Formats: sequence, structure tokens, C-alpha cells
Amino acid sequence: MSTFSINNIRISGISACVPKKEVSNYDFELISPKERELLVKTVGIEKRRIADKGVCTSDLCFESAKVLLDELKWKADEIDVLIFVTQTPDYITPATANLIQQKLGCANSCIALDINLGCSGYVYGIAVASSLLQTLGRGKALVLAGDISTACISEKDKSTTPIFSDAGSATALEYKPGAPAMYFNLQGDGKGFGSIIIPDGGYRNPVTQQSLQNEQISEGIIRNKTQLILHGIDVFNFSVNEVPKNIEELLSFSAADRAKINYFVFHQANRIINEAIRKKLKLDSAQVPYSLQYFGNTSSATIPVTIITQIKKEAESNPLKMVFSGFGVGLSWSSLLVETDGIVCPPLIEV
Amino acid sequence: MQLTDFIQSISSEFEDVPPGTISGETEFRKLEGWSSMMALIVIAKIDSDYSVTITAEKLAKCATINDLFAIAQSKAT
Repeated sequence: MSTFSINNIRISGISACVPKKEVSNYDFELISPKERELLVKTVGIEKRRIADKGVCTSDLCFESAKVLLDELKWKADEIDVLIFVTQTPDYITPATANLIQQKLGCANSCIALDINLGCSGYVYGIAVASSLLQTLGRGKALVLAGDISTACISEKDKSTTPIFSDAGSATALEYKPGAPAMYFNLQGDGKGFGSIIIPDGGYRNPVTQQSLQNEQISEGIIRNKTQLILHGIDVFNFSVNEVPKNIEELLSFSAADRAKINYFVFHQANRIINEAIRKKLKLDSAQVPYSLQYFGNTSSATIPVTIITQIKKEAESNPLKMVFSGFGVGLSWSSLLVETDGIVCPPLIEV
Repeated sequence: MQLTDFIQSISSEFEDVPPGTISGETEFRKLEGWSSMMALIVIAKIDSDYSVTITAEKLAKCATINDLFAIAQSKAT
């Protein structure tokens, strides 16, 4: 059992930043116009955002953090914990969290570290930051989560290009005695490591000349070994088998009534997967917001992007009970039940 | 579960295939509009209607609608 709870932590703010450059899957020339229609209808992604060359995930997260700190009237040197969740860091080493820490003007006493997770990473980031705040018994944290996945995919790969999109986000947490408990269920399974993978470029398979050679994998899929591989059927089967179980465990552990949960904010993987999960959990459509159509799969940023763009007003003004659920690369999956009491949500930032 | 119900359920996902043209012997990869996306749609359909998981390896070994039906039935038997 991987369930646990953390007391006294409040989610104070959430912001997100996407690149201005938008592309439409209706213009995706690798497949026929008919297939494009099917893609938009079934996978559920119409538009995607693409970061310009030179723009990193940390830049999108930095913008999100700067705006959020201003809105919250928090000073950067008040931040005690800074967690950066990404698979697209600025450098292989050092950790990007330290660069952001410096750029934001956080103190040297700020605990800053990177977490290498994708779609499950937002909840993991909140879990780690909240645990540290709980241990400190005071303070404020920023969880910065996002990816520029479009930098790692082959434009000639129809299995990845129409899905991925770029975004960064910032979530502000603070230690507040009496804040309702957060309930977590964090899981993983390395057996499925090959389901979503960039094979070359780490130290298991360093980049060689051969890594950069394009290979025709099948019709509509040409890529090299430094680019992302996504086995859609494996990911579907994993997601629909594990995620509902994980959430059932979370609900039972927290003794929560699913009908009283205002929103289940799922990682925006694709509509086929997300709808299968929703139906298995017998959730009402109104409980499950989607941002997929307009922002695609932005890896660990999908949950904040969905909150900011789909349920911003309610998150700002109403007390809400929400479940966040992330799942994907690792394989890794995670869920969080949280009660909020008015989250500061600046409008979506575009750069 | 009947093969006819199964065929009807799968056929409904193929917009370009006239109703009544799919049989147990039909090789689904040869159907108009078949793609990797359709593979995912069919797998999702079988998962939802029959609570049966079809892995990529199992799918690779299937050629006909009958082959898919045999897997979909595997839970019941």
C-alpha cells in the first residue's frame, strides 16, 4: 500500500505558462485529412503549443513562478523549498532547480532539487514539497512542473507529434496549521520503462553517430534514438488498469465519497485513455474537466493547465475537494486528494 | 456473448465500412480506415465492453475479427 497523508499544508496558488506559438492537428500533414478528423475526435487534441528554439521548460516555469509570487505577494527569499519536476532540464548537470532558485532570487537556505518524472510528476512534486514543509514545520514551497516535450520528438512520428505540447507551471504551498490533510497514493513499475522512452543520450546508451540516424519504424513513424518512443497500446493498457485502482485505493484510504468530490483533474494523456478511466471510476462528465483539446499533453503541467484554463473561477472562489491524478512515463502513477479554500490562480501566461 | 454482437460493436467504430460487410473471417487490418489509431480504439472498445486487456503482442498475433473475438471471450471462459 502506497497511501499516506500529510497535514497542515495548503495549496495557495497555481499558475501556468505556455508558448504563444500554436499549431493545429487539422494541419498535421503526416496523416490524411480524414485521419486528422478522427485524431481530433478520438484522441481529443486539436491544438498544441510549441516552444521556440532556445526556450526551456525552466523559462516557462520561471514566468509562472514570477507572476504567482507577485499575485500572492510572496517574496522569493521567503521560499524554503523549490522542486522542479521535468524531463527536459536546462543541462544534464547541474540540476535546473538551482538555476531557477538563483534566477528568482531565493535564499541559499532554500532546499532546491529536480525530480525526473513526467506525467505523474505533478503529484509527486507536491508530495515531496509538502513532506519537506511538514518536516520543517514552517515555510513556503514552490513546485515547478512542466516539459518542452516537443523538443524530444520527431516531427515525422505520427505516434508522438500530434500529442505533445509545451508548458510550465508553478504551484505555491504553505505550511498552515489546521489545513485539511492531503491524501496521496504514489506508485510505479519499472517493468514498463520501455513504454515511453528516449533510448540514447543518457549513460546507458551515450549518443553516438548511430543515435542520430533516422530509422523508418513503420508507416508514418521515422525517428532517431535520441527521440521519444511512445507505445500507445502499452500506455493505454497500463493507464486503464492501474489508474482506477490507484484512485479507488485513495478514496477508500481517505474515506472520501466520490460524489462529493468536485473535480477529478486527470493528467491530460489522450481522450481515449482519460474517458476509459472516467467510466471505470463511474464519474460524472461534469466532475472531469479537460484542457486536452486546446493544450494537448503537456506532461507534468497538464493538471495545473487544466485548473487554470477550465475551473479557474471556482478554484479561486469556492472551497473545493479535488483529486489530482497523474500517470505515464516510468511507468509511474500518482494521485492526491486535496481540499482547497480559494487558490490564487493568475490567468494563463503566454510567452 | 455472441459473435454477431461483437461484430456489431466493432463495426460501429469503422465509419467507412458499410454495415453488414464485416464477418468473423474479415482481416481487420485490411479494412478501410485501419490505422494505429483504430487499433487503440478497438482495444479501448474491447476493454470497455468485455473488460479484457489486449496487449500489443496479443494484437500482433490477431489477423481476423474471430481472433479478436476469441480474446474478448477469454475472460468469460
